[in-house]
Amino acid sequence: MTITNPEIPLNHTPGHIKHDGHNLTGFIIFLCSESIIFLAFFTGYAVLKLTSPEWLPQGVNGLELKMPLINTIVLVSSSFVAYIAERYLHKSNLWGFRIAWLLTMIMGSYFVYGQYIEWSELAFGLDSGVFGGTFYLLTGFHGLHVITGILLMGLMLVRSFLPGNYEKGEMGVTSVSLFWHFVDVIWIILFILIYIWQ
Amino acid sequence: MSTSNYDPRILKAPHPVPGAPDNWKRFFSFNTDAKVIGIQYIVSALFFLLVGGLLAMVIRGELITPPADLVDPTVYNGLNTMHGTVMLFLFLFPILNGFNNLLIPTMIGAPDMAFPKLNAAAFWLVPVFATILMASFFVPGGPASSGWWSYPPMSLQNPLGRFINGEMLWITAVALSGISSIFGAINFVTTIIRMRAPGMGFFRMPIYVWTAWAAQTIQLLALPVLTGGAIMLLFDLSFGTTFYRPEGGGDPVLYQHFFWFYSHPAVYVLVLPIFGIFSEIFPVYSRKPLFGYKVVALASFAITALSLIVWVHHMFYSGTPQWMRNLFMVTTMLIAVPTGIKVFAWIGTLWRGKLRLSTPMLFCLGGLFNFIFAGITGIMLATVPIDVHVGNTYFVVAHFHYVIFNTICFGVFAGIYHWFPKFTGRMYYEGLGKIHFVLTFIGATLNFLPLHWAGLLGMPRRVASYDPEFAIWNVIASIGAFILGVASIPFILNMISSWARGPKAPPNPWKAIGLEWLLPSPPPAENFEDDIPTVINGPYGYGLNKPLVEDEEYYIKRAQEA
Repeated sequence: MTITNPEIPLNHTPGHIKHDGHNLTGFIIFLCSESIIFLAFFTGYAVLKLTSPEWLPQGVNGLELKMPLINTIVLVSSSFVAYIAERYLHKSNLWGFRIAWLLTMIMGSYFVYGQYIEWSELAFGLDSGVFGGTFYLLTGFHGLHVITGILLMGLMLVRSFLPGNYEKGEMGVTSVSLFWHFVDVIWIILFILIYIWQ
Repeated sequence: MSTSNYDPRILKAPHPVPGAPDNWKRFFSFNTDAKVIGIQYIVSALFFLLVGGLLAMVIRGELITPPADLVDPTVYNGLNTMHGTVMLFLFLFPILNGFNNLLIPTMIGAPDMAFPKLNAAAFWLVPVFATILMASFFVPGGPASSGWWSYPPMSLQNPLGRFINGEMLWITAVALSGISSIFGAINFVTTIIRMRAPGMGFFRMPIYVWTAWAAQTIQLLALPVLTGGAIMLLFDLSFGTTFYRPEGGGDPVLYQHFFWFYSHPAVYVLVLPIFGIFSEIFPVYSRKPLFGYKVVALASFAITALSLIVWVHHMFYSGTPQWMRNLFMVTTMLIAVPTGIKVFAWIGTLWRGKLRLSTPMLFCLGGLFNFIFAGITGIMLATVPIDVHVGNTYFVVAHFHYVIFNTICFGVFAGIYHWFPKFTGRMYYEGLGKIHFVLTFIGATLNFLPLHWAGLLGMPRRVASYDPEFAIWNVIASIGAFILGVASIPFILNMISSWARGPKAPPNPWKAIGLEWLLPSPPPAENFEDDIPTVINGPYGYGLNKPLVEDEEYYIKRAQEA
């Protein structure tokens, strides 16, 4: 059913508001908010570390640095590979994008694997005082974000095979790439707080 | 005129009508229309107002006599905790999200929210965490009983040793509520930034939109801190960590910082939209422009900024060093400046206006009066020497009920009455509304004013039994609480009967200025659809004879004929 009012004069240009295209704005707002959770965990870690009477659990001398350092290098370089993938996509080189994107995913998966190896070799657990608790909470929460990032990248990779997927823009890839850089920056802060500041 | 060209004069009929109770099934479905979601939020929140109110009745029934005789003290602790939790997380946050859903898109001329599906998901989390919270009444050991602060070490006690216990369910429900709020906040902020009508610059937005934006910014910046703190509390309770357990090297005061870093600003999340409602309603019923529009708008963000650096005033007696106490005393008092500016602006708006004392205006005036009172006791509590003296007494309880009930709830009722015709398409009954106001004002004053005296005399909060010398204040308070309970009857009657059979509402029954009043009542599903007006003047042009939008007559006629 429609109502027509031809007798009403129309002396203005009707305005339009686009329905879509807000995804990136919303995603950036989400990332700002998400970074605050990490900020809370980091603050809690620093406060507990500075004030706790006994920081390291008995029989633990600190953390091994070699394995996490390799992991850090892999994760940080994967951010550059993700950027290269984005450039390829921007130049409409789809296969270049796919290969670089897949490489980013592999590097991210290697990070998760390295983290798993490190966890399984540690002499302390989640319930080993505040040291164990904060260590597993921070690395675990960050690891969840890495896994989420890999899954999102997988989704973007599959979607790149859909015909006409990029006709409306590359918002999804841009967002996931942004998420990946975010996860990366968080890791650098985490690495400094947990491994370097011992 | 060819049919292929779009002609905005062809208006799709507003069907299904978003407001009216016909086709009620859509209120129980995963509907992505912001106006349906708004009503879903408001109606479910009002249901939980009744639940939380019922818990309050039991609490006041217990406190009408000094000994603990009506309920067991353990049960009392649970009721007390759940009263606070239900009122905040199931009544106030959802009802204000309801207002945001109804008002933000219509006030800025957007067809819907930026992310309609996310919006519906945020709403449908409410029944999920409501069920979890209510289920905690039926688990062995009863619901969470450590107060709505959930401070460790009290909240970490789990005498029955079960994995699923009241406290664990409480934390889960609060965490889900946080996720729902963040979904909402992302949506509201994106909508405000990106979807305003042509010509509507930031300084042409109605104050409600400003205050909602400022409030949602707090959600985005502060809520994740509580989420982080709550995750750590859950780990301590259920997975053997010791973040807050001193015996394992943890720090219970750390939780207090996490909790108040969000939960103090949370009060501003609640009160800022109410300032917005006051700023919308006073000009309409005084027929004058809002006094100091720009300053009022910016004061909202001043409150947002200050709200993030005041939280320690809840912890003056938590072993806080003196320099920290002094610092946070000063920042807390500074909040009085932007809020004072707003109060001044409202009084300036009322000054020599043609006041029309209908129900929304009465609730706003009552709310403003109570807010000034609450502000004075707030400044008292910000002062360290007074706070260490009356902290954790009924003086604090009285103060924050003056804010949360006597100001925020009054504003909520004002908003409901004011925009009821717009979103339901029906007029409410003025007589019942006035009875509701009178009963609410008397009940609220009798309930919360005497508690100041009880607190100054030293009556501690959160106790089921008390010294007989406090009896008289508690008897008056309980009578007030029961009057408040009775006050809900005319309100419920009014809402149900008006929505079902009230007189049909015209598009602009209050002769208000604003984009939402240029829409039919109730507005069609996509508001202005593809014919969004171009804003050419600022809001609140009462008596200025300046049109709000280009071609205003056309939109008025269009709304009337729909």
